[in-house]
Formats: sequence, C-alpha cells, structure tokens
Amino acid sequence: MDYVIELENVTVCYQELVALEDVSLKMEIGESLALIGPNGSGKTTLIKTILGLVTPVAGTVRLFGKPPQQLDGEWKRVGYVPQIAQIDSRFPIRVFDVVLMGRYGQVGLIRRPGRSDREAVWRALEQVGIGDLARRPIGRLSGGQRQRALVARALAAEPELLLLDEPTTGVDVGTTEGLFDLLGELHHQGMTILVVSHDVGVVAQHVDQVACLNRRLVAHGRPQEVLSGEVLQCMYGPEAALVGHGEVPHLVVRRHGPHEG
Amino acid sequence: MLEILSYTFMQRALLASVLIGTVSAVIGVYVVLRGLSFIGAGIAHASFGGVALGFLLGINPLLTAVVFCLLTAWGIAWTSLRAEVKEDTAIGIFFASTMALGILVIGLMRGYNVDLFGYLFGSVLAVTQEDLWLSLLLGAGVLLTVGLFFKELLFIIFDPEMARVSGLPAGALYVLLLSLMALTVVLSIKVVGIILVSALIVIPPAAAYQLTEDFRRMMLLAVVIGNLSAVVGLFLSYWLDTASGATMVLTATAFFILSALLSPRRRRVRV
Repeated sequence: MDYVIELENVTVCYQELVALEDVSLKMEIGESLALIGPNGSGKTTLIKTILGLVTPVAGTVRLFGKPPQQLDGEWKRVGYVPQIAQIDSRFPIRVFDVVLMGRYGQVGLIRRPGRSDREAVWRALEQVGIGDLARRPIGRLSGGQRQRALVARALAAEPELLLLDEPTTGVDVGTTEGLFDLLGELHHQGMTILVVSHDVGVVAQHVDQVACLNRRLVAHGRPQEVLSGEVLQCMYGPEAALVGHGEVPHLVVRRHGPHEG
Repeated sequence: MLEILSYTFMQRALLASVLIGTVSAVIGVYVVLRGLSFIGAGIAHASFGGVALGFLLGINPLLTAVVFCLLTAWGIAWTSLRAEVKEDTAIGIFFASTMALGILVIGLMRGYNVDLFGYLFGSVLAVTQEDLWLSLLLGAGVLLTVGLFFKELLFIIFDPEMARVSGLPAGALYVLLLSLMALTVVLSIKVVGIILVSALIVIPPAAAYQLTEDFRRMMLLAVVIGNLSAVVGLFLSYWLDTASGATMVLTATAFFILSALLSPRRRRVRV
C-alpha cells in the first residue's frame, strides 16, 4: 500500500517540553482525516512535523514515501494552509499576489509566473468564492475572507494532499460550512485531506476518519467509533460528553471543566 | 543654486546620494516588513572593524568593510537558522565585538586618524572616484539580485514557512537577503556614516508603508522618498554646513512624519 503520510513512533520536543510522544499515523491516498484535540495537544506540531518544518527527536516521517527534507521537486504535490495568525494582516500585498505565491514552487527560481500560473490563481479564487476580491489588500479582508485566500493559495498549486491547520478559527458559521463543502468536493475529486481542528462537532460529519491527539494519539478510526465518551474524556477531562443532536454530535463540557478557547 | 554642481566633489556626492537613496530604500522594504532593522544596525556597526583594519593595512577601507559586513551577516544568519542562540543576542555579540576590534585596531595606529572618524559620521567631501565606482558596482549588484529574486524574497519575508513548503531554498534566500543588506550598508557608510546608515534603510520604507497597501507601490514610494531624503539632505547639508548623513536622516524623518499624518492606514484605524 502506498501511503501519502507515514509517521512511525514520532516524538517531538521543544527543549524539555514534550510536544508529541510516540505518534504513529498513516494516511492512504484519497483519505480525509480530521485531527482533533484540545489546545496545546500538539496538532500544529504534528502538521509541521509532517511538512519537515519541525524535526522529531525520535521516529520517522515520510511524505509521499520520502523524508520531507528530500521531497525537492515534489513539494508541488503538497498544499498547506497555515493558521491564519501566521500571516501578518498588515503586510502590504493584494489577494491575487498572495494566491500567486502558491505557484512559486512550480515556477522555479528566478523565472516569472506565466499565463498558466495566473489562470490557476483565478481558478483557485473562484473555487473558494473570492474572485471579486483579487485586487483587495489582505488587510481589508474579514477573517473568513482571509482564511479563504489562504485556502486558495494552497489550491493554486493544484496539490494532491491538502493540510489545513485550524481553518475555522475566527470564521463565521456560513464560511465554515462553505469551507467544508469545498473540502468535501475536493475529497470527492480524489484529493487527500488532513484538517486540524479543535471543533469536534463540525469536522466529525465531514470526514472519513478522525484522529484524536493529546500529545499521544488517543484514538484513530471512523468518527462514530472514535468519538466515544471515553476518548473525549481522555482529551478534554472527565466533564466532557458528546450530545447527539440529530445527526450532529456536539461536544459539551460542564461548567468549570477545561474548555476550548 | 546649481552652480555648486560644477564642483567635482559635489557631482560625486550627488551620484552617491541617488545611489544610496535608491538601494537603501529597495533593501529597506524587506528590512521593515520582516522586522530586521536591528540586524541592519548590527551589520552597520560591524563595518567599523573593517574600516579600521583597512586603514591599518593601507587598503581601501570599503573593501575590508565589505568582508566584515558579509561575515557578520552570515554569522547572524547562521546562528538564527540553527536557533542555538537567540537572534538578537547573536547580533549583540557580533556588533559589539567587531566594534571593539575596530577600536583596538585604531589603538595600534600612530596618532589619530581624522578620516576614520569621517566614516563614523559620514562626509560628502570624502567620496573619491574609486569609492564611487565601488558603490556603483555594489549598488548595481544589489539591485540586479533583487530583480532576479524578486518573487522569492517577497515570499520569504511574507511567509517563510510556506516558502519552505513550496520547495524554495528559504534558508539560502534568507542568507542572500542579509548579504544584500551588508552590501547596502557598505555603499552608504562613506556619505551617511556608520552610525546612521541603518536609518536610511529603515525610514523611507517605513514612510512608504504608511501610504500604500501594495508591495510594489511601497517599494516605488520608498525609492522616491529615499532619493528625496538623500538629495534634499545633501543640498541642505551643503548650504547649512551640517553633517551630510545626519541631515539626510533628519530629512527622511520629516518625510516619515508627513506620511504618517497623511496615512490612510491611520485614518482607517481611527474610524
């Protein structure tokens, strides 16, 4: 079996702090996986480890069968949507130019983006529904629009694997729904998708697989199997429970319990 | 007014000012947007050691300054990429020790060297034909490199992680950017002075930042403001008989205050 992502016994430390401990996780081509867990559970670290931005102290990481440091020309197969806070919203740049950056890896050093690159940018902008905002400076976008611009940047590269880090933070309900509809569509077209979220209820109904992380991998499987009371309590503390609300499960944490910010 | 341009030294100073105003502003845009101004100041101070060594060895101090500034830039980039020492600590160590080396070298020379202090504060009269050629060479090199790597440099200052994930050599590009900063510092020290060069790198782009939300427009405006500051500052310093570097920097500061007052960014914040 070819795996898009393979992590084997990965441990990551920041100085003395253990961010990830003995995590093993595999993703097949065409799978969609939600990685959930409370704040500080290592979700972002896991994504950065997959991308080779963080080096583990133990274990092996493979992306498309290679260590990420040796991916070279194959980076165009990977689309990455970082947390929105990573972008300086006061940077003087327009939406079109931000999305065009998604093509730079393919364009290659020194060479200038051409017509096919511009076309890919327009396609990506239309896909996320912000074609009309192309000329807008990023400082004049709402949180949801800025988030969609970052998704468009990742899509402009026409990747096979899409990694999204908390794409629903600071985004209104309508945009969240629109985003997950788009992810569903991309998944349907065969894209492999890994989305990180602390929003258990929303992601659970949109993906094939859920992995629960709290420094260690607590559980991994189909949403209905994984999202049991036991698993949630392991992550969010003894007060947490999942309330079935029609088809939509909701995470409920009793007052004074540790809660999500 | 224009008769002063019949003096050869003034022609050279004017050419040098235009060069400084342009190159500093272009590099300064990256410095301001990525928050590298402390690195700029660090590299500038490191040039002092190079200049002093040049005097001691009897070669053009700008040449030894190039070596010192590049080594300092690479040293800072290396420590920051390896993340073993905090970047600002590394800068603090590098620029203090290269300054100290400069002072030590001065002590080795007999008597005081007036020219050396010209490098600290800058002097229009000091620009020789050889300096001008060297500055032109450095300036053309810096601008050409920025032109070639325009999209890459923009990408690494906007989102370095994403640049890496796109497969670009982000580390090497960061080293390139710091090297360009080093060369920009060297070509400015003769006129502006070691103490003030980083101001001409920072202030014109900071003023341009107030006026636009487009990257290319910011660079263009920075070049216009940088040139105005350098050239107006040069003539003012001639007429008022003041230090050229200080006059240029204060002119740039005036432009900064003006653009901050006119800034649509500020207006937007107030609303």
